[in-house]
Amino acid sequence: MKLSALQNNRRSNSFRGASLLDSSVDGSIKSPAAIFWLVLHGLCCLISLVLGFRFSRLVFFLLFSSSTTTPPINLFSTANSFTETLSLHTSPPPNLNLTPLIPQNGVVTSSGVVVGRHGILIRPWPHPNPNEVMKAHRIIERVQEEQRIQFGIKNPRTIIVVTPTYVRTFQTLHLTGVMHSLMLVPYDLVWILVEAGGKTNETASILGKSGLRSIIHIGFNQRMPSSWEERRKTENQMRLRALRVVRDQKLEGIVMFADDSNMHSMELFDEIQKLKYIGALSVGILVHSGNSDELSSVIVTQKKDEVVGAEDPSMPIQGPACNSSGQVVGWHTFNSLPYEGKSATYIDDKAPVLPSKLEWSGFVLNSRLLWKDAEDRPEWVKDLDAVDRNGEGFASPLFLLKDTSVVEPLGSCGRKVMLWWLRVEARADSKFPSGWIIDPPLEITIPAKRTPWPDAPPELPPDVKVVNVDEHVEKRPARTRSSRSKHRSKRKREAKLAADVSAKHSVEN
Amino acid sequence: MLYIWINIGSAGDVLEDDPVGRLKVFVYELPSKYNKKILQKDPRCLTHMFAAEIFMHRFLLSSPVRTLNPEEADWFYTPVYTTCDLTPNGLPLPFKSPRMMRSAIQLISSNWPYWNRTEGADHFFVVPHDFGACFHYQEEKAIERGILPLLQRATLVQTFGQRNHVCLKEGSITIPPYAPPQKMQAHLIPPDTPRSIFVYFRGLFYDVGNDPEGGYYARGARASVWENFKDNPLFDISTEHPTTYYEDMQRAVFCLCPLGWAPWSPRLVEGVIFGCIPVIIADDIVLPFADAIPWEEIGVFVAEKDVPKLDTILTSIPPEVILRKQRLLANPSMKQAMLFPQPAQPGDAFHQILNGLARKLPHDKSIYLKPGQKVLNWTAGPGGDLKPW
Repeated sequence: MKLSALQNNRRSNSFRGASLLDSSVDGSIKSPAAIFWLVLHGLCCLISLVLGFRFSRLVFFLLFSSSTTTPPINLFSTANSFTETLSLHTSPPPNLNLTPLIPQNGVVTSSGVVVGRHGILIRPWPHPNPNEVMKAHRIIERVQEEQRIQFGIKNPRTIIVVTPTYVRTFQTLHLTGVMHSLMLVPYDLVWILVEAGGKTNETASILGKSGLRSIIHIGFNQRMPSSWEERRKTENQMRLRALRVVRDQKLEGIVMFADDSNMHSMELFDEIQKLKYIGALSVGILVHSGNSDELSSVIVTQKKDEVVGAEDPSMPIQGPACNSSGQVVGWHTFNSLPYEGKSATYIDDKAPVLPSKLEWSGFVLNSRLLWKDAEDRPEWVKDLDAVDRNGEGFASPLFLLKDTSVVEPLGSCGRKVMLWWLRVEARADSKFPSGWIIDPPLEITIPAKRTPWPDAPPELPPDVKVVNVDEHVEKRPARTRSSRSKHRSKRKREAKLAADVSAKHSVEN
Repeated sequence: MLYIWINIGSAGDVLEDDPVGRLKVFVYELPSKYNKKILQKDPRCLTHMFAAEIFMHRFLLSSPVRTLNPEEADWFYTPVYTTCDLTPNGLPLPFKSPRMMRSAIQLISSNWPYWNRTEGADHFFVVPHDFGACFHYQEEKAIERGILPLLQRATLVQTFGQRNHVCLKEGSITIPPYAPPQKMQAHLIPPDTPRSIFVYFRGLFYDVGNDPEGGYYARGARASVWENFKDNPLFDISTEHPTTYYEDMQRAVFCLCPLGWAPWSPRLVEGVIFGCIPVIIADDIVLPFADAIPWEEIGVFVAEKDVPKLDTILTSIPPEVILRKQRLLANPSMKQAMLFPQPAQPGDAFHQILNGLARKLPHDKSIYLKPGQKVLNWTAGPGGDLKPW
């Protein structure tokens, strides 16, 4: 190659002189042909770098291959497949169904499926479509519904929920909790609410947001007393009032007692479907006090039954105690001995509130037990009016039974706790806006400029009632003061609001 | 006289056919270097997805269809474990398998007259490897080799199935890959656990070791699934190996079963066992026991070119159709047909294979060759195959 270049040089550019010849003889500077190949090679390298594959291989393949019959399509396909691997969105190469086409590796099958490198198909907008996401969720819901029908409880019975309530500060808190739990129950529900002090619009407005279809709202003519002992008695009477409604209206289903301050888990409602006549559940007792390590429980015997076993002293559970064959032989109750003399008597007391020996909420009944004349009513159940002769109520549904051995333990024999008992109430004189709606809106008397933002000059507008604010701040000693003035002014504003609210809406506790 | 046979049967009936009494199988006694010794060298062969060849042998040895009198046998079985030469990672190497098979056939043709009588037309072999009797894991090489020439007339029981493919010949029986029944039973969850995953898949999308650029592995279909749906909340897809894999499948409505290097995969078996509707993305695939199981009604078939539209396709299936598919999947005979339990149970995959063999009976008279007639070419195939094993 070099020799011919030399000769060319001599022939065409004789006047160029000896310098070129000398250089070519020397060999230090390469001839134009060599430079040309070098430049071409460099160019190919650069193009390969840019495109990302061996460009020179493609060129040689095209120029020197004689076997392929459709070179243009081949070029398209190879280039196409290479660019596709760079994840650009393209349509599939049209070569998929051409049998004579041979991609890089040269193998075809006789079907439509071609062996070799294919493109990775990516659509132009590879992100979820919201309509399809919603459709998929509906499909999943339908599948789950079918699963429930197939594997869940067959022939679920209506659940009749009995709740005594009355209007007070914490009513919304408690009642909303129970209401939301009941809204999630997948079975038919009848909710009987007995309200002390008569039916009120307050309670009715809370219930109106539930969307539950069968709510029986009854008024009870007594006011709720302020001592816990009296309260329990009144609540018992209210529950019996509800049971009379069940009897009179011949409601069919499983009766459970949901006090409005209790917390229920969803598994509870599945578990009580297993009830036959009367069942007992374990209730977790949450007594809020400072001395939690004093909590313990003892087994209390009934007159005829015997004591079984010992008890783990740290379990505040009320419920059935079983023997090894799964029958109820005793009861766990809350040990109130450590709290002798220290428990709360009145609502306002800062002492722990204790449960009674056996709470109603730990029992579930078949509603047929209450009916006056049902054919399949077992003989061990007493009549409701016979037990509650003078209208004073009784402490637990066990009084309705002649023989307490028929009680069925639920929740794997009381080992699983699915509801919790808690009594939390506000102070007797606590006030709250009726319906928790602030109407008319409060006047903001402290303008925003009072807040000492870093760039705002601190100035006192003339219409600030500073004296009034200080008074209300002092009246609430329990509030902790923070050193930051931002918080202080905020708190002052809140105190002002509360003062206004209490002045404008005096609602009885 | 004309006998008219009216065959009324739904898929369930065919699955529950009992092969006992309908056929007789003679099992050749090969030296243990073809089966037992290989297994002793590597007991991993009992648990990988190609274990069907070993369990089929064990099943036949103690099955009522076995006969010790070869004169009355309808089918002849050669127990040679060609898929038990494993790499340290557990993948089978097929390089010695053709020689092993040749050696076994030479043995049976010289020690018994039954091979030469039909040149193998009433013999069957279990070849569960990637591309069946083509004995290679790479598709191009497998196609180049084609089915081993000596097996041209025999019936092949294999996991590979693709229409119009060299490695699937007419009359083969497609079987599911082996999945360990006890392990799957141990991971069952209560059936009322709500199915909350819409689409589930765990596995590779790109095989970085063998196909770094993509587009080769799975014909680009798995990569397409990843690129299109990696941020779609309905698709729970990743390359992880969770310990709750079986439990997750039971909480999913759809399970993707895309092709890999070969079109079949154990995910199909797992999907059927766990009640997850299989979404099969493999063009022209032939599924196991296709004549007995109505795959069109159980699973969803998506063409590889339609993968970018997979979410549209799956969400536009009416809920009634989905519930119907789940009901069909819940059929216990369907699940049983996919398993290789030990000991064998009625309706399982062993019995389905025997059913398939029984359906091919009686043998056509033309398979019996005249004495001295030779059809097979014993020297065909690559030179390396002709070396003794």
